[in-house]
Amino acid sequence: MTRQPVHFYQVGSFAVGNRLLSADDRTVQSLRERTNSIDSGHRACQGCGEALGARYALDAAMRATNDRVVAVNATGCLEVFSTPYPETSWRIPWLHSLFGNAPAVATGVAAALRVKGKSDVRVVAQAGDGGTVDIGFGALSGMFERNDDVLFICYDNEGYMNTGVQRSAATPPAARTATTDAVGPEPGNVFGTGKDLPRIAMAHDIPYVATATVADLHDLERKVERAMELHGARYLHVLVPCPLGWGTASNDTIHVARLAKESGLFPVFEAENGTLTSVSTIRRRVPVEQYLLLQRRYGHLFGKNPRPDIVARIQAMADENIARYGLVDESTESTEVNA
Amino acid sequence: MFQVRFHGRGGQGVVTAAELLAVAAFDEGRHAQAFPSFGSERTGAPVVSFCRIDDREIRTREPVMEPDALIIQDATLIHQVDLFAGLVHDGYALINTSRPFNELGFEDSLASFRHDRLITCPATELALEHLGRPLPNAALLGGFAALTGQITMKAIDTAVRERFEGPVGERNAAAAAAAFDFVASKVKELARASTD
Amino acid sequence: MLRQIEGSKAIAETVALCRPEVVCAYPISPQTHIIEAVGAMVKSGRLAQCEFINVESEFAAMSVAIGASATGARAYTATASQGLLFMLEAVFNASGLGLPIVMTLANRAIGAPINIWNDHSDAMAVRDAGWIQLFAETNQEAADLHVQAFRLAEELSVPVMVCMDGFILTHAVEGVDMLDQETVDAFLPPYEPRQVLDVDDPVSIGAMVGPEAFEEVRYLAYLRQRDALERIPEIAREFTQLTGRESGGLIRSYRTDDAEIIVVALGSVLGTIKDAVDIRRDAGERIGVVGITAFRPFPSEAVRAALAQARQVVVLEKSFSTGFGGVLSTDVAMSMRDLDFDLRTVIAGLGGRAITRRSLEDMLKRANDDELEPLTFLDLDHDAVERERERMRKVRRSGPSAENLLRDRAAFSSLPRGGGA
Repeated sequence: MTRQPVHFYQVGSFAVGNRLLSADDRTVQSLRERTNSIDSGHRACQGCGEALGARYALDAAMRATNDRVVAVNATGCLEVFSTPYPETSWRIPWLHSLFGNAPAVATGVAAALRVKGKSDVRVVAQAGDGGTVDIGFGALSGMFERNDDVLFICYDNEGYMNTGVQRSAATPPAARTATTDAVGPEPGNVFGTGKDLPRIAMAHDIPYVATATVADLHDLERKVERAMELHGARYLHVLVPCPLGWGTASNDTIHVARLAKESGLFPVFEAENGTLTSVSTIRRRVPVEQYLLLQRRYGHLFGKNPRPDIVARIQAMADENIARYGLVDESTESTEVNA
Repeated sequence: MFQVRFHGRGGQGVVTAAELLAVAAFDEGRHAQAFPSFGSERTGAPVVSFCRIDDREIRTREPVMEPDALIIQDATLIHQVDLFAGLVHDGYALINTSRPFNELGFEDSLASFRHDRLITCPATELALEHLGRPLPNAALLGGFAALTGQITMKAIDTAVRERFEGPVGERNAAAAAAAFDFVASKVKELARASTD
Repeated sequence: MLRQIEGSKAIAETVALCRPEVVCAYPISPQTHIIEAVGAMVKSGRLAQCEFINVESEFAAMSVAIGASATGARAYTATASQGLLFMLEAVFNASGLGLPIVMTLANRAIGAPINIWNDHSDAMAVRDAGWIQLFAETNQEAADLHVQAFRLAEELSVPVMVCMDGFILTHAVEGVDMLDQETVDAFLPPYEPRQVLDVDDPVSIGAMVGPEAFEEVRYLAYLRQRDALERIPEIAREFTQLTGRESGGLIRSYRTDDAEIIVVALGSVLGTIKDAVDIRRDAGERIGVVGITAFRPFPSEAVRAALAQARQVVVLEKSFSTGFGGVLSTDVAMSMRDLDFDLRTVIAGLGGRAITRRSLEDMLKRANDDELEPLTFLDLDHDAVERERERMRKVRRSGPSAENLLRDRAAFSSLPRGGGA
């Protein structure tokens, strides 16, 4: 079949539709034979980043394993919105046990598959940030340390959204949640707190650790595929904006995720066996303000009583990430920053 | 039912000794039950273990309150523990020491017991000689067999060799045999003394 | 083959004969010898086709068992005391999901004050967790119950906890007639799950259930426990046919035929009680014993029938409900409602306090003379408690009670605390 060359129209996002890509470069989602691991009809909110991320991640995992995936799910939004009894969105074998034990349950599934000689069936465990960095942390560290053959995916929306937007150890400083109110001299979540789980995962020297956002779904799929090529404990940390918890417009989910990355606040990288192997550089650096302004959880930093001092501290965090991971390609930086 | 209480210190094989005696009795077709007094597992801490031997099923689970025999693996325990508590008046006591009886500070506690059944045995020295390590438990079981007649030396020998494989079993069995001979001759001596 | 063997080792070897496929373990006294022995068998290859996983907590141990069981593997773990509480959320979850996990509970007290010795507080704390709970009187029975437990669990899709007294049984070396592989294979068919994670037939397990069906789901669990009341004695009978040995069942009576007073108890203390009863019988007192093997489901009808003619029922418990009294007593009382009898609760053996035959004899004599209080604490040092109460009345910061009591009682005991029974 001859292909018609198409013009590449820039719309300011660097994103291109599958239609414009060669067949090999298209996403799993563009394939008619995709599995729809999470089928339509679930109860997620409009613009839910987690539903999007999970759909891409699991379908990619299915494709990478010839449709041999068992999923384990921690309690949380993903579990609740996907299985309002007696309905289920899952078209793959799926097990929910508890909030804090998904890594250990996945270990058990993997052990059972191994002992039964089903080496072709792979295990994906998934949880929100609460189930990963807080209540499930001990179990996750155990799973990492034993190098159990599980891909664990954290869908990070930076708080306990299912229970009404409370703070987790993944909630960023200054963000307003129901338990870190925007009042007092230091409104919102406290600076100098929180847990950087991808780095903690790397410290376990597990075969694969990666971060991704729902702004770059090609990248997310590629990382899932890479993870499924490997065995042992693998960790994928996906930033998934939550319109409800972040106070963002539901049509801004992708946009705000992209700004998290382009501001340097959410570094996107890969590591194998504890060593950084690739970094997604910032294509067009933006000040954190652009990212913050879209979200009502940071509303107290702007408006009538603006807090440029706090915004500056958040900018400093972004700058530290940029320096730590080398997120800005120095040779092109001047043009990118001013673009 | 014949009830034995073992006293010693953590690391001296007190629990193993009770188990070995139970296994030996079992091998002779009797019912036996061995169990430790739990918790004090630190090296050097006072440890107690128990063994019951009977010709019928042993149902009770209480600690041995009124032992028919005591095996004291470490004589210095007298300063910490009431070693002779509950010992029946015609009961046996086998004490691991190389020192003369009257130097142990036991006299007061032992006035009411049958002196021909209170025997000292240098089990640690015998263990050092045969085993090369100061582990007196197997040796004391040999001595126990000689003192009480509740178990044969052959059964002790078998149990020790079953528990410790190879040369360690050999040497422990040798220590037990030596202690058996030592105690047997001492028992004879005392019997002669009492008839004189 | 009859062997003189440590209880823990007998359990480990019997569990191995049951061909578990995933065993996960986190060490806690007095369960350690069991999992150490199973682990060694897996590592040496003697127990083949089995994954042994050293986990980071009891919560993970039960969770791994959940994952493995939901994937169709026969799963086993063991715990005690604090460990059981630490995994509690997953304990409920396992039964709610209908996963036939078998777990040994090496019964131990619960702190604070921390105490590693035996009582039944741990088992009682989870009596409503939806598990079947079987209590072993001897190591022979403990071993046999594990084989029956797998059979029962997998038939009914209900997890089973085999309770055996920590240290008293786990660390006791006594004669156990060990089963062989052929016998166990004949008794225990391979695990055929009711629901399983299967890529060729995907199901969602563990979905949320709202008020519209939750009660029905719970009622189904109740019915499964009722079914267990039928199956437990049937399985025990089958076991007897195969081995010639009586192990398991719902309850077991001893010298109750003409008994006016019947003592009810769980676990290894039954042996000492029987010895005490024999002595009181010789003194002309008509006393009998009912041992309860199946505590959950509670065999109300069998208990009622066994106790029906008794004038007085003495429930001896190694646990108690702090704000009330007897735990087992409540179940016995409910089973006996509208019958005319006196119920006496005796709390004994807490935190490893030795239950001596002599104390039991004395207690039985008082029962026979109708002198037993409704709630009695066996061998309780009332004077020491009163002295501590007095200290607490006088001084606000009267110091830690446990320490005060220990100092107070130090002179009383020459043997190390704990002992057996």
